[in-house]
Amino acid sequence: MPTKKVQQPQLIFDKSSPGRIGCNLPVADTPEVDLSAALGDLRRELQLPELGELDVVRHFTNLSHLNYGIDTGFYPLGSCSMKYNPRINERTAGIPGFTHIHPMQPPATVPGALEVLAQTQEILCQVTGFDEITLQPLAGAHGELTCLMLIKAFHAENGEGDQRTVVLVPDSAHGTNPASAAICGYSVKTVPTDTDGGCDLNALRAALGPDVAAFMVTNPSTLGLFETNIREICDMVHAVGGQVFCDGANMNAMVGTTRPGDHGFDCMHLNLHKTFSTPHGGGGPGCGAIGLKSHLEPYLPVPVVRRSRASGSVELDYTRPHSIGRVSAYFGQFLMEVRALTYLLAFGREHMADISRHAVLNANYIKARLKDVLPAAHDRPCMHECVLTAEKYKREYGVRALDISKRLIDYGFHPPTNYFPLIVPEALMIEPTETECKETLDQFCDAVIAICEEARTNPQLLHDAPTTQIVGRLDEAAAVKNLDVRFRSAEPSKLNV
Amino acid sequence: MPYIPHTEHDREAMLATIGVRSIDDLFVDIPAELRLNAPLEIPSAKNEYELYLHLAHLARQNLDATRLDWYLGAGLYDRYIPSVVGALISRGEFLTAYTPYQPEFSQGYLQTIYEFQSMIAEVYGMDLANASMYDGATSMAEAAYLASAVTSRSRIAISQGVHPHFRQVLDTYAWANSLQVETLPLMNGATRDYSTIGTETACVIVQYPNFLGTIEDLHAAKEAAQEAGALFVVVADPVACAILPPPGEFDADIVVGEGQPLGVAMGFGGPLVGLFACKEKYVRRIPGRIVGRTHDHLGRPGYTMTLRTREQDIRREKATSNICTNEALMALANTVYLSALGKNGLRSVAESTVRNTQYAMKALQVKGAKLKFEKQRVFGEFALELPKPAHEVQKRLIDRGIMAGLPLGDYYAGMESVLLVAVTETRSKAQIDRFATELSEVL
Repeated sequence: MPTKKVQQPQLIFDKSSPGRIGCNLPVADTPEVDLSAALGDLRRELQLPELGELDVVRHFTNLSHLNYGIDTGFYPLGSCSMKYNPRINERTAGIPGFTHIHPMQPPATVPGALEVLAQTQEILCQVTGFDEITLQPLAGAHGELTCLMLIKAFHAENGEGDQRTVVLVPDSAHGTNPASAAICGYSVKTVPTDTDGGCDLNALRAALGPDVAAFMVTNPSTLGLFETNIREICDMVHAVGGQVFCDGANMNAMVGTTRPGDHGFDCMHLNLHKTFSTPHGGGGPGCGAIGLKSHLEPYLPVPVVRRSRASGSVELDYTRPHSIGRVSAYFGQFLMEVRALTYLLAFGREHMADISRHAVLNANYIKARLKDVLPAAHDRPCMHECVLTAEKYKREYGVRALDISKRLIDYGFHPPTNYFPLIVPEALMIEPTETECKETLDQFCDAVIAICEEARTNPQLLHDAPTTQIVGRLDEAAAVKNLDVRFRSAEPSKLNV
Repeated sequence: MPYIPHTEHDREAMLATIGVRSIDDLFVDIPAELRLNAPLEIPSAKNEYELYLHLAHLARQNLDATRLDWYLGAGLYDRYIPSVVGALISRGEFLTAYTPYQPEFSQGYLQTIYEFQSMIAEVYGMDLANASMYDGATSMAEAAYLASAVTSRSRIAISQGVHPHFRQVLDTYAWANSLQVETLPLMNGATRDYSTIGTETACVIVQYPNFLGTIEDLHAAKEAAQEAGALFVVVADPVACAILPPPGEFDADIVVGEGQPLGVAMGFGGPLVGLFACKEKYVRRIPGRIVGRTHDHLGRPGYTMTLRTREQDIRREKATSNICTNEALMALANTVYLSALGKNGLRSVAESTVRNTQYAMKALQVKGAKLKFEKQRVFGEFALELPKPAHEVQKRLIDRGIMAGLPLGDYYAGMESVLLVAVTETRSKAQIDRFATELSEVL
């Protein structure tokens, strides 16, 4: 395929010309003041680019053309649930009554915002089967950390704080699980996966003891499989006094079909940006939330947002002697919570289960269509994502999973997740989500099949890929060795003062 | 079915390819007793028109900054957001992208992040900045973790002049990781007493300007930290740094802050964007993402996430932090904002803020209202002592269309009659005069 002829973009600093400004700003009409008298020492220089508005618009618009989002095409990143972000969500989240309010203004002046928080919590309680939800965590990993803090407070309250020092994590877990446990002061012990792709119950039994604070379970697992023994697993952990946390990254497989709160879990994090369709924005904002059973309720972060039984109005409760405190400055990612609520209400009681049913249908369809070229790591019905292995291509043709992914870029598709979970060799983790139509899935599968044929006949095509983008494979070692993480101008500019 | 494109025909064809008879057959691994057999007890589905009406109705119940004259800041500010910011960050290629794990397909975002890192490092006067954090409060808590790891010490000394919510988040994080927090007292609205800092102290944290508006003496704070061998951490307002000497000039080790004033809506406190800048020597231990410039096999320049071995998806429990998500979209808002304003625009915002604030400080001294800390220098916010309880005055002014500020009694003992007033570049002389008139009427 031909190389795309696009000019290498300049940095915005290279387009700067002294004296330009890209915005017609409000300027004070109050009397001028002697700045030194008011402030003391002043800043001498500040190096920011100077451009007119049109050139600012062009710079970022042209950069957007060098980027790929769901709006551009299929984005089958496993474990990331890249579903369509409905535009009505953007519209509701852009209403001034939401965008122009301050988290520290009197609660009586923001009843609508508090109602958004309460309605979101109430619906999520129903969807997950938990007794309580808090929306304060700012991202999924932040929710994991918050859950571990609740567990830590719970054990401390029972006088077992010093004794329970270990958190168990499956070998297939997301890296955030062990990292969150370590950040929360725990040591981490790994539990292996059995040959069917489930938690190895014998290994779990051996790892359980009075030192275990919690077991962090991803369900469905990162292999895309439902943990059939989940009830038994929760019972085993509870029997030694431990708590069970559900990593909710894969909630999209369960929405409306089954509820983690009914499986025996004590708490769970949710990625509202994944399951409930708030845009990922190039890596953030994420939007966390956690669900918990009532025995963990006393430790909830403050303020607790709750509907008063008496009046029906929503109140903020700060008087909580056992609370872990605040985990973020305000009420979480509020405008993302507006988007999530909009999405939840679009499906409602009637359609909620359609989400998981079609997510699972799409994943199994891809798995079936690709089974002859890329076999699944485990031959069981998958949930909302399937993990395939390219081990054969590595062995026979020297082609790795990453090469297949990079070649997919030349075919116009975003690659799936590579090399995760860590326990599957040459893993390709594909998650189509429910919002993709059959034709898109077919085009993607046709491309993968064609690429697998290329791997047999002309593997160099895969090693050289991608060739259709502004850059080819980047030298990541050089990026580390010659660290260049900021622009520096040759001459510092002085302020025009 | 909203957003689900499948027709009955599609479903049948797909089930046939899979080799099962119904979608239910795909759920065999979920034990029957764990499956829902009745609809959830939640509201009925709404169509797009009903959704908008429902949310618009809720939004209308809030008193927002387009309806009142706004003087409530306390860390989040009603600054003007140029139209280009919203227009550019809502482009689907940016809005709906994921983390740039495939750099060849994400050069657009990666370059904007490199530009963001460059601009934030410049604004704070530091060597480098990361690709953003969740918010200012958690960014500060991560700075404390970093300082503790670098110094192998467990005490965090923090000024009482740091945002109370930030300190509460630090308390939570410190408890989880067995750090001890020690509060440095305020004297007349500023941090003065550093005598409790010792060889156990990992870092000294002050805010610039502080929560009460005062421009702290960073020389004194740096000296105290240095003497004890502790790191010097500054929580800094990026707009104030356009006109004040930035923390880097005081040899700060880590500078964190809230990026909201740079083109992000107040949004009831989210999404925000945490800023994190530091000296180069700490770069291999910082939390979060960082983008570096490199080249491809043909020597063409390009950008990629770098120093990945610090991150949780690679080092798992040995990672420098558990942060996976950053705030790339909000960081992009900061980048567009700073590009549109440029150095003179940002300086103009800062200068207009100072002018309006100086004017308001004089104008609002009516009917016995006076500056609480008369001798302190401020940038854009000040404490006004009233002859009446601040909550009562705030409430009565809301009825007159003015969000007068933050009553400080909720956060500082003995300040029940003090109001924290923020005056941004968006206020006019006429608005401030009206504030003075209405204030004198309610006092």
